[in-house]
Amino acid sequence: MKYETIVGLEIHVELSTNSKMFCACPVPTLEDAPNTRTCPICLGLPGALPYPNQNAIEDCIKIGLALNCTPNAKSFFERKNYFYPDLAKGFQTSQYLHPFGEKGYLDIEVNGVTKRIGITRVHMEEDTGKLSHSNLNGEDVSLIDFNRSGVPLVEIVTEPDIRSGEEAKVFLTELQKIIRYLGVSDADMEKGHMRLEPNISLRPVGQKKLAKYKVEVKNINSFKFVDKAIQFEEKRHAELLDTGKIPVQETRGWNEFRNETVSQRSKEEAHDYRYFPEPDIPPIKFTDEQVETLKNQIPELPIQKTARFISDYSLNSDAAEILTRDKNLADYFEETVELGKKEDVQPKDIANEIINKKILPQNLSAQDLVTQVKAAKSIATLDPEELKMMIQEVLIENPQPVADYKAGKETVLMFLIGQTMKKLARKADMNQVKNAILEALK
Amino acid sequence: MDITAFTLSSLQKGYQTKQFSVTEIVSEYLKRIESFDKKINSFITIDSENALKKAKDLDNKKADGPLFGIPFGIKDMFLTKGVRTTAASRLLENYIPAYTSTAITRIEASGAISLGKLNHDAWAHGSSGENSDFGNTLNPWNNEYVPGGSSSGSAAAVAAGFVPFATGTDTGGSIRLPASFTNTVGLKPTYGRVSRYGVIAMASSLDSIGHFTKNVEDSARVLEITQGIDGFDATVSEKRHETFDSLKNGIKGMKIGIPKEFVSDGLSSDVKSVFEESIKTLERLGAKIEEVSLPHTEYGIATYYIIQPSEVSSNLARYDGVRFGNDRSTFGKEAKRRIMLGTYTLSSGYYDAYYKKAMQIRTLVKDDFDKAFESVDILVSPVSPTPPWKFGEKANNPLEMYLSDALTVTINLAGVPGLALPAGFSTNSLPIGIQFIGPHFSEHTLFRTGYAFEQETKMYERNPNL
Amino acid sequence: MKIDVKKVARLSNLTLSENEKKEFEEQLSSVLGYIEKLNTLDTSGIEPTAQVTGLINRTREDEKTGDCLTQEEALLSAISKTKNLFKVPKLVDTTE
Repeated sequence: MKYETIVGLEIHVELSTNSKMFCACPVPTLEDAPNTRTCPICLGLPGALPYPNQNAIEDCIKIGLALNCTPNAKSFFERKNYFYPDLAKGFQTSQYLHPFGEKGYLDIEVNGVTKRIGITRVHMEEDTGKLSHSNLNGEDVSLIDFNRSGVPLVEIVTEPDIRSGEEAKVFLTELQKIIRYLGVSDADMEKGHMRLEPNISLRPVGQKKLAKYKVEVKNINSFKFVDKAIQFEEKRHAELLDTGKIPVQETRGWNEFRNETVSQRSKEEAHDYRYFPEPDIPPIKFTDEQVETLKNQIPELPIQKTARFISDYSLNSDAAEILTRDKNLADYFEETVELGKKEDVQPKDIANEIINKKILPQNLSAQDLVTQVKAAKSIATLDPEELKMMIQEVLIENPQPVADYKAGKETVLMFLIGQTMKKLARKADMNQVKNAILEALK
Repeated sequence: MDITAFTLSSLQKGYQTKQFSVTEIVSEYLKRIESFDKKINSFITIDSENALKKAKDLDNKKADGPLFGIPFGIKDMFLTKGVRTTAASRLLENYIPAYTSTAITRIEASGAISLGKLNHDAWAHGSSGENSDFGNTLNPWNNEYVPGGSSSGSAAAVAAGFVPFATGTDTGGSIRLPASFTNTVGLKPTYGRVSRYGVIAMASSLDSIGHFTKNVEDSARVLEITQGIDGFDATVSEKRHETFDSLKNGIKGMKIGIPKEFVSDGLSSDVKSVFEESIKTLERLGAKIEEVSLPHTEYGIATYYIIQPSEVSSNLARYDGVRFGNDRSTFGKEAKRRIMLGTYTLSSGYYDAYYKKAMQIRTLVKDDFDKAFESVDILVSPVSPTPPWKFGEKANNPLEMYLSDALTVTINLAGVPGLALPAGFSTNSLPIGIQFIGPHFSEHTLFRTGYAFEQETKMYERNPNL
Repeated sequence: MKIDVKKVARLSNLTLSENEKKEFEEQLSSVLGYIEKLNTLDTSGIEPTAQVTGLINRTREDEKTGDCLTQEEALLSAISKTKNLFKVPKLVDTTE
């Protein structure tokens, strides 16, 4: 391997608050008709002023805390100034110098090795309107729906610590889990709740300094594509570097149909965002007590929960990982374990039942699950020889029904099954019993 | 009936005693506007239809509500739902807003009736009234002279007796300067006293929402209506909802400071003599006058002309012709200049040298005022180094125009309140005002001082010949 | 202090005529020259003031009031629109 891949990720998470970041418009759903969820503030009308959403800020701080960031005691919003038709105010109210969270990390496990990915910052900002493109009456146009304008976004930026597409996938999966555990966003890639842009460069193995360039890739809407895009760029950069050329510092778009990145051909000069403190929003200060309160609101996170499931319930790491993918499922599992204690049902068995039968919390109550696991266990201990003997007894004790069955009265079978079950005096697999009886009647 | 003599309270009394109806009063004012405003050009949009309709409505109701039946004018920076709002610029020449600003909603809810939208320097960029895309507003006292800006139309309309009061904005002197040029009372409240929601933003950390009246008591009555939190402007302080009942208590023993940097050379002789007379008046009323220092005054203009254009350049970014208005080529020259200046001072490599530096000096300017108020209750000073100037005199030299704000901008940088009052006239009969400046949220003291002063000088009895 | 009017105009999203470029370069340079006087003041260690109110934590509860503009109101003032969407000429660097 001549080169080392350097990847930093920029992730935007759309929060699932009730209202938008700086106004009380409801956050839009995909079913809303265009431009029906706006107000003077998020539409950037003359005279409108922002008023920040307390819950959104708390959600942002919680994300930072969950990623081991240091919260900034005094934080404020800043204006990021640039012109684009989907940016109603001509600036985005965002954060620059003092974000809500800084200098954190997330530990991930890749191929059995734990690795720490640095988190540079976690900050609060607002979404833009949505652009679509069309050709109307021979004219190429861009169309704008401002419903999404002003929706709260949390931006998470990692250090360039990621070294492969695989690592990126693992990191993003962990991050998505954490965000869902916090309950601050559905983080559904397909619905655009979570958007990501990798910044990719290559450097010769052994070089300590970062590369002199980096390429940003946009338009990636799944973790699978992040991996593919990184791999594509790895090849592309390596080819260029091999011939002594440096890849152009630019933004490229991922094309999922052709499995390649394409140059955006946009302006090379870096944006001059002319950040300055947002004069319309006074600073935000959180006391240590308030931060502590927020910290206590953070539930046990996936990494801790997984470890605890392994140690407390003697689960293997695969089972623990599956059960902790979704917080609801994990909670459901533990609820069942609690109930199962009274009936001597083992966590391992509960885990297997859930995983093998793909049980979902909404389909079966915890109590019913306990019963099902118990039944499955006892069914599993039904010895075929024992069953055979029981059935022989039943057939001998019931000669008339046997004769009736043999004469063609098939309904008698149910009676025989019932008798067998009575004799067994415990829950059994009806099908197993039926088949054994049919076998015996042959 | 001589409507130029009306005050808010005399109008209210007239309504209560059924001396006249609202429709009569509104019609009288509209008639006066019709007769004289073609020349003065204080209005951009006259809304007589709605005004008369509202008047008719009110005539069927009991005469209550603090501003019941009072006609007023609105600087065209304030959004009014369904009524054209232009910022005195071609860019918004056809803009009909979808909502109304808080200040106007409150004023109208108190029973006042808008007669229309008033002219001003486009986007509030100006000190003379010469930057409007809808033509100059003339000074009612002498049509060859500027009325001051940016709230030129508001000042002229009140001076000319077109409305008993008019709203304005003051970012660097835009209420106080025209008030002092037109013999009217202009209030720049404490920053954070009145909500800015629905007023086209000029410089967000400096804009103050105020108004013009003929006398001090009227000014206090209007502030009682517009002040206070509204849930839309996050910079409005919670505590403020006062009634200004102490206004007539007199100023015996009040300590008033004269900032020495405001009265050093650079004042015209007319301004100097009117100011000196005013000091004598204050002493006669029982105030104790002493000299104070605001040492960073000389940096005020430079600091202001970094912070203000920077914020302007950002606030005017939304005017891109996509959701409303015409495209950016319809900005006037002064707007373009300020956008360019602000973009430059915020740009990469220059931010520290300009904007950050200006923010630091702003701290020093604010500290100057805080320190001064440790030894005196309020300050008094001239508003402009010169009396009103002739049209065209400064129009071609932006820097010279900016320097006319020398005595007003530091008040905005510190966010403190200022009340400009008529104080006298120049040798060529043009109004010269003075301003009282107080600590944050000291409007009650400013009103008290202003009331005592005006009752002594009775400048409000003078009216221009139109 | 000379100002690069072309670059600043581009950043400001303004199209200036040749005359305006010349005029502004002169006028703005003169203003910037005046502003230079700030450099004579030592401000090291002084905290910048971004907000004179001294307020902090002005936030609101996460409640949706539903007081949105109607679609008609939102689009009313736009000169260029189609099918309930705002319309602009096709943008150059589209990712979609």
